[in-house]
Amino acid sequence: MPDKKKTDQGRYRALAFVKGESLAKEKDSLVSEDELETWPYLLRKEFLAAIIVMIGLMIWSITLDAPLEEPSDPSLTPNPAKAPWYFLGLQEMLVYFDPWIAGVVFPSLIVMGLMVIPYIDINPKGNGYYTFKERKFAITTFCFGFHVLWILLIIVGVFMRGPGWLWFWPWEEWDSHRIVAETNYDLTQFIGIDSKSLLGSIIGGGIVSIYFFLGLTVPYLLMKMKNSLVLEKLGIIRYSIVAFLFWSMLGLPIKMVLKLVFSLKYIWVTPWFNI
Amino acid sequence: MSDKKGKDKLNIRELIKAKGILGAIKDLMLSSQVWSSFFRHGLEDTPKTRMQTVISNSFLHLHPAKVKRHAPLFKFTWCMGGITFFTFLILTITGVFLMFYYHPNVRDAYWDMKGLEYHVPFGLLLRNLHRWGAHLMVITVWFHMFRVFMTGSYKPPREFNWGIGVVLLVFTLLLSFTGYLLPWDQLGFWAVTVGTNMARATPGLGHEGPFGELLGMTAYNDVRFALLGGSMVGGNALLRAYIWHCIGLPLIVSAFLIVHFWRIRKDGGISGKL
Ligand code: HEM
Repeated sequence: MPDKKKTDQGRYRALAFVKGESLAKEKDSLVSEDELETWPYLLRKEFLAAIIVMIGLMIWSITLDAPLEEPSDPSLTPNPAKAPWYFLGLQEMLVYFDPWIAGVVFPSLIVMGLMVIPYIDINPKGNGYYTFKERKFAITTFCFGFHVLWILLIIVGVFMRGPGWLWFWPWEEWDSHRIVAETNYDLTQFIGIDSKSLLGSIIGGGIVSIYFFLGLTVPYLLMKMKNSLVLEKLGIIRYSIVAFLFWSMLGLPIKMVLKLVFSLKYIWVTPWFNI
Repeated sequence: MSDKKGKDKLNIRELIKAKGILGAIKDLMLSSQVWSSFFRHGLEDTPKTRMQTVISNSFLHLHPAKVKRHAPLFKFTWCMGGITFFTFLILTITGVFLMFYYHPNVRDAYWDMKGLEYHVPFGLLLRNLHRWGAHLMVITVWFHMFRVFMTGSYKPPREFNWGIGVVLLVFTLLLSFTGYLLPWDQLGFWAVTVGTNMARATPGLGHEGPFGELLGMTAYNDVRFALLGGSMVGGNALLRAYIWHCIGLPLIVSAFLIVHFWRIRKDGGISGKL
């Protein structure tokens, strides 16, 4: 029998038990130091987890009934009309962006952004174990997007939003007559230029372009100056994707602050779309 | 020939003497052709049968026979992928039962919900299990993604499987969303109205989206119309949601799950420090 070759994963696999002479020998039933048998060590935990989940779900279902409201009535719009809770982060974004961004562009960017993560995160460390030190940027960015921008906005959408999508604390009673008088301004109106005019449109577009331009070039130059190895390994394409996604994501909190602090409505107004 | 038969009989008598009647029956059963056609390995607890238990069972052999030492640890996987799959199974089963009592049309849908509550034995429990199970699945799939991210398990060679995972995440949300409409109550109706209104704003493809009008989009030919089968959430939308929810999406999810699980193994099993 030839000695078994080292495999890529550095371990052996048992594919089948075959009677008689074959490559798969009884030796395969030996379990090496860093392995465990699936049965019983893994399977019993899976079965246990299944039982616990089943019991938990049973208790949940016996104690709490699924909601069922009045029969649907297209002429009776509830106020507020909320999407299912897991989409409320997107609905919350509607406060800050038009539907084509909040409802279409951002979700697409999120899905595409998630998909490209393995291809733009070229840090070989932290593969298969928990570590923060070895991948600070990746973890911070992901957690900011996931916990703050996604989960927190969902919590806001579920618990803090009442009639007219106005802010109500959970202990406050919903007052459907509450009106908040607010005037919103477009960016160029702050400097006295009509945002719908050609000039206003060009300035607005310029600012959005400069935002992304600086976002892409400044970190690039900084890293270049420091002869960053990361940048070299990333290459220009990966770097641009990372920077674009990063600054698109940060666009949300930036716009939130601008809107909440300065009552800013649009940065860029065009006849076809507004940002 | 006759010699051998005599020997067999003798064995049975001896067997009964040695193990008692029950023991003999058990022994005979375990060595019968029927039993050994069902189960291909013995039951004694040896390293070999432990492995055979896994690899000779169609369902269990999704697993490898041996796993890395840390793989079964709760603190590594949080069991979240497995629990997500388990909730998917619960939802499939309760969902099939619900289909027996549900008519996807505007006249009956809502009253079928009431029927489940008042007339069908355990109908309300069935509906609750399906509803809360769906919420649970959305939550656990997020936790699963989060843990996979935190352990860096998307790194080579698992990039592709992460992508499959993202698809599964999207389809999990879509499954939940299409199901939301089916009770045909105010909650679902308006949630889906709000949700699909976004489609109106799709750049180029929605009639209220950027460049939509320029490209000839109206409320009667844009993506929203295609999703709803109409310009409003109505009977056609209900039927479409139903078919996507009960047939289309589950089939797609199952296909991706097969790839997901297959890939976990082909990528060298669960990730770990090398
Ligand atoms: C319907 C949804 C899903 C199901 C049922 C599912 C199921 C599983 C299971 C059972 C595992 C084995 C390890 C574990 O339990 O953690 C696993 C691993 C994995 N899943 Fe998922 N998953 C789903 C969605 C996702 C999503 C949304 C992602 C990421 C975006 C993802 C990415 C991965 C990766 C990369 C692995 C390999 C992890 C490793 O080797 O440590 N899956 N999945």
